[in-house]
Amino acid sequence: MIRKPLRPLASILRAREAGENPDEIERENIRARHEEMRDDARLRAESRLLILTVLFLFGFGVIGGRMGVLAQSEPSEPRADAAGAEIIAQRADIVDRQGRILATNFETHSLYAQPRQMVEPERTAEALVEIFPDLDVKRLKKDFTGKRKFLWVKKQLSPEQRQAVHDIGEPGLLFGPREMRLYPNGRLAAHVLGGSSFGREGVHAAEVIGVAGVEKYFDNRLRDPAEGHQPLTLSLDLSVQSAMERVLKGGMVLMNAKGAAAVLMDVHTGEVIALASLPDFDPNERPNPLVKGNPADSPLFNRAVQGVYELGSVFKPFTVAQALELNLVNPTTELDTKGPMRWGKYKIRDYRDNGPSLSVTDVLVKSSNIGTARMALMIGAPRQKQFLERFGFFKPTSLEIVEATGGAPLLPSKWSELSTMTISYGHGLSLSPLHIAAGFATLANGGHLVKPTLLRVPRHQQGPRVVSERAAEKTMKMMREVVAQGTATMARVEGYEIAGKTGTADKPKPSGGGYYKDKVISTFASVFPANDPQYVLVVALDEPVETSGSEPRRTAGWTAVPVSSEITRRVAPLLGLRPKIERKEIEAITLSAN
Amino acid sequence: MRSCYCFLSAVLVIALAFWAYRENYETQAAQARAIEVQQEIATARTRLRVLNAEWAYLNRPDRLRDLAEINFDRLGLLTLQPHQFGKISDVVYPLQPVQLTESFDIMEREQLP
Repeated sequence: MIRKPLRPLASILRAREAGENPDEIERENIRARHEEMRDDARLRAESRLLILTVLFLFGFGVIGGRMGVLAQSEPSEPRADAAGAEIIAQRADIVDRQGRILATNFETHSLYAQPRQMVEPERTAEALVEIFPDLDVKRLKKDFTGKRKFLWVKKQLSPEQRQAVHDIGEPGLLFGPREMRLYPNGRLAAHVLGGSSFGREGVHAAEVIGVAGVEKYFDNRLRDPAEGHQPLTLSLDLSVQSAMERVLKGGMVLMNAKGAAAVLMDVHTGEVIALASLPDFDPNERPNPLVKGNPADSPLFNRAVQGVYELGSVFKPFTVAQALELNLVNPTTELDTKGPMRWGKYKIRDYRDNGPSLSVTDVLVKSSNIGTARMALMIGAPRQKQFLERFGFFKPTSLEIVEATGGAPLLPSKWSELSTMTISYGHGLSLSPLHIAAGFATLANGGHLVKPTLLRVPRHQQGPRVVSERAAEKTMKMMREVVAQGTATMARVEGYEIAGKTGTADKPKPSGGGYYKDKVISTFASVFPANDPQYVLVVALDEPVETSGSEPRRTAGWTAVPVSSEITRRVAPLLGLRPKIERKEIEAITLSAN
Repeated sequence: MRSCYCFLSAVLVIALAFWAYRENYETQAAQARAIEVQQEIATARTRLRVLNAEWAYLNRPDRLRDLAEINFDRLGLLTLQPHQFGKISDVVYPLQPVQLTESFDIMEREQLP
């Protein structure tokens, strides 16, 4: 920019010629220049002000806008991290020893109503009854039109039912999530599993609590969120259990028995592989306990664990084992069996006359009460009592189901000489079939105490020694004779050596005073394979009668033994036991190479 | 020199602010994704439980037994019998593999009239 000079020469010269003061020109120019500078400065200041205004407006606008957004938006917590893994299941699964599901959870919905929100209560009630025929129309209408604010309509809905209810389109009908316990195998192992029901109930969730069996015994473990993902592994084997239940059911019908129980147990670990009690029930729809009559008639009653019976002659091996242990007898010792044996006003008889004397082996093989009573007299009451206590026969079994505590043995109030004699052959002392199974397992594994358990045990139990190995082995050998030539010849199963003892006990009258003549409990306790004992099987039938012959037969040899042998035949291959037989030649073998 | 410092620190502040801004939003996005994935896992688990339950229900021994009985004509399934156990000595050695050319010869011969 060319600055205009303050004293331009041309203007000064012209002013001098005209005689004017040239300084005025200079002043005039200075003024003009100042005016220019002022205009310039004002313009700049104005533009700065404008920019500032715009900036401030923008700033306040942003702040105001943000405040508006914050005021409008939903508040949310600032989060440091994402939530951890959720609780997987409310209740852990129960699986068998091979991981097959016995009990699991299922998500379903419950249906509840809020009558205040209902548009058409009457129509809704009618529509609901169409979906659920078990509901009562009158009751529903009364509830829906009355003062109630809330009521449960159905605790569990299937998805189809839920859709049907949804289609009614009533805003007063609402669904809440529910976890449901499902027993996919139905009646299988019902007495072990027990059952479950809802505890505290809310709209959004409900507690599932165990009411019986392992469900109740392990309730805390199953509900523990820390272990929710870890299923509870039982010692049961589903296929063995299924085969056993089926055969037992068939046997019960065939033998016209009113109940039956069976226990299959590992003699080394005490693991219960299968446990059945008939009649049974479906744990998905657990029936209510009986309010009157004998609780033992309810299908809920576990005959194998809760039921204590005088099991009769199956008890004899324990007397024999003790007599052998104390070196009072050896298998060939002859005992006086001339009957009837008198003791005070009581008489002890054998089922049939066994002649004047029998060897100890034959006492067991022919199941002589008199012979066993003689051994008991040699042993004496205190030693017998002590011996049986070591077997755990005086307290309930420690099986992990709540019903086990109900199976407390019934002992004589006074352990007299007579009691000693009757107990030696299984009368006067009531035990559950599970007690007998545990006792036989102890004899079969060489004399170590076995505690029955429903949990998988990785190792052999090495319980305290109860009987010497020698006595246990000799007793086992005698029990093989029982099957080979004694009362249990029907127990023979092709390919497997079985040792066992039958027991037929008259049922005591519930009113007290004597025994029924035509009602028995027949039991067969067996161990297989006898040369290397691995499993013990106890089968008990309640009031069986076999009517194929000319007269009804009730002895265990005709009732419990055939059932037990069929169970062994079915179950032993499933347990992976190899038979000891020459296999039949397969008729035609086609070899092919493709 | 001072203005250079000013400029550099201003650039640094802007860069850091941009980085912090991005990190913040990336974290939030990651959290949202994690929640989503967890919900997916929960749904998958529920589904798995239902499928497991259904599998157990369909494989319950009663049903399998009935099915084996219904289809006995076709499958001939029986319960496991003791005599079905084999011995290792009963297993034959694998047959010598048949030469391919030979089998072709046989096939060709068979096709001849």
